[in-house]
Amino acid sequence: MQPVVVENIVQNYRTKKMVVEALKGISFTVDRGEIFGIIGPDGAGKTSLFRILTTLLLAESGKATVDGFDVVTDYKQIRNRIGYMPGRFSLYQDLSVEENLEFFATIFNTTIQQNYDLIKDIYQQIEPFKDRKAGALSGGMKQKLALCCALIHKPSVLFLDEPTTGVDAVSRKEFWEMLHRLKEQGITILVSTAYMDEASLCDRVALIQKGELLSVDTPKNIIGQFKKPLWAIRADEMYKLMNDIAADPAVESCYPFGQYHHVVFKTQEKRRQTLEEIAKGGEHAHVEIKPIEPNIEDCFMALMNN
Amino acid sequence: MAKEKVITAHDLTKRFGDFVAVSKITFDVEKGEIFGFLGANGAGKTTAMRMLCGLLMPTSGQATVAGFDVFKQTEQIKKNIGYMSQKFSLYEDLTVAENIRFYGGIYGLRDEAIKEKSAQLIKQLHLDGQEKTLVRALPLGWKQKLAFSIAIVHDPAIVFLDEPTGGVDPVTRREFWGLIYEASARGITIFVTTHYMDEAEYCNRVSIMVDGRIDALDTPANLMKDYSAASMDEVFLQLARKAIRSGD
Repeated sequence: MQPVVVENIVQNYRTKKMVVEALKGISFTVDRGEIFGIIGPDGAGKTSLFRILTTLLLAESGKATVDGFDVVTDYKQIRNRIGYMPGRFSLYQDLSVEENLEFFATIFNTTIQQNYDLIKDIYQQIEPFKDRKAGALSGGMKQKLALCCALIHKPSVLFLDEPTTGVDAVSRKEFWEMLHRLKEQGITILVSTAYMDEASLCDRVALIQKGELLSVDTPKNIIGQFKKPLWAIRADEMYKLMNDIAADPAVESCYPFGQYHHVVFKTQEKRRQTLEEIAKGGEHAHVEIKPIEPNIEDCFMALMNN
Repeated sequence: MAKEKVITAHDLTKRFGDFVAVSKITFDVEKGEIFGFLGANGAGKTTAMRMLCGLLMPTSGQATVAGFDVFKQTEQIKKNIGYMSQKFSLYEDLTVAENIRFYGGIYGLRDEAIKEKSAQLIKQLHLDGQEKTLVRALPLGWKQKLAFSIAIVHDPAIVFLDEPTGGVDPVTRREFWGLIYEASARGITIFVTTHYMDEAEYCNRVSIMVDGRIDALDTPANLMKDYSAASMDEVFLQLARKAIRSGD
């Protein structure tokens, strides 16, 4: 039995004047024990999807099950067996670290001791502050406490809604290392993020944009589907270079990527010469051109533009 | 001839009681430069930025912004800078045109200049026909682009951007950087914080704060060379891991 099955879920939000289509009929399944990433920008529909799967929001239409239980009729069973970490810090700010953890353990009819193995690695990092009020913790520590509370009843599926948003690069890296250790303990993890570079840390990803899935696959296969040759180019005047390239009729897209611009041409053929001519015509200095492999962000943008 | 300096900071320090939030930071930013201001959460970026914006009195050291002293001339600083962040940008319950008029007025532009700027801005952002749309109804990416354009509506010497692109889709994020390049080409200095390390590579120079100090400051290319790193991400991780104090 697959731990998460989503079939044609539709969700709309209505105001007096307009209808916002948050989810336009999306379907996917998650396999047991995998880290499944829902990757897309703000407003793509990630949180609506998480709220539907965690039984906090009724979908307008479509069907979804978690661990075989229906999100509408079997919501009580689902709530007993999942862990959920919402995007916004939702623990009790006026309880201490330890009190929060005890509270969540009690709610789920268990004790901290019973499942301590699962959270040990993470909890030990915040244990020195166990008497501190949750509201007075730093962002990184809040995140670790929230993860402990979501894990304390040993859930079979863990839902993490944008756990790394606003978190610096070091803490992000540490957080993903924690997720990989949890995966080894057999927990299925659904995690959403707006950071495209986190895709490579997932077993499979669903790329989502404006309520639609652009692609569902392993990061490697998504990259493999990028068929056109991709070029990286740099020179001294990067902004002028971008405008010069974008103005060429043979160019499909030109986007800045760190120190390079990534360029795709409208046709399949290789076009080093075209880039050389553009650089020469614009009198660019210190030009470097090389063919490169696309990353997930290249793929996401190509899919967005389709 | 040396380029005009828009920010100068020398041993700039802020203490809160025993805690040294910002410790003797020294750096200059040139006119039209895109300056990336990086650091882990809690490294002291926000405190440093608040001092440079004239919102927080430093404890010691010296600094000028747009030629004005951060100790004595905070009101002049505020008139000569722009500011936008992901959290605070525009009034959601005002329309596009109303937001432009409001901020134009706040920054002391005359009615005629506001009209002219409005028309120019709407056209540049392809918002034609959306003048009367409430900002709340705009997609996040549009909001951020509009917020940036409004933050520089009075042609400030420098604009401070505090994580301007968080959560924005990758295409819009790059369009946003297009606006930054354009403003910089017009001579507006850009002072930007970001958690996206690829964006750090778009900057002319980058500083990295660790525990209240600036531990590295150079072009992205030189930093990668100095730290034998393939990306700014690696440079950042090497430096930020040395941090002793934690969190924000």
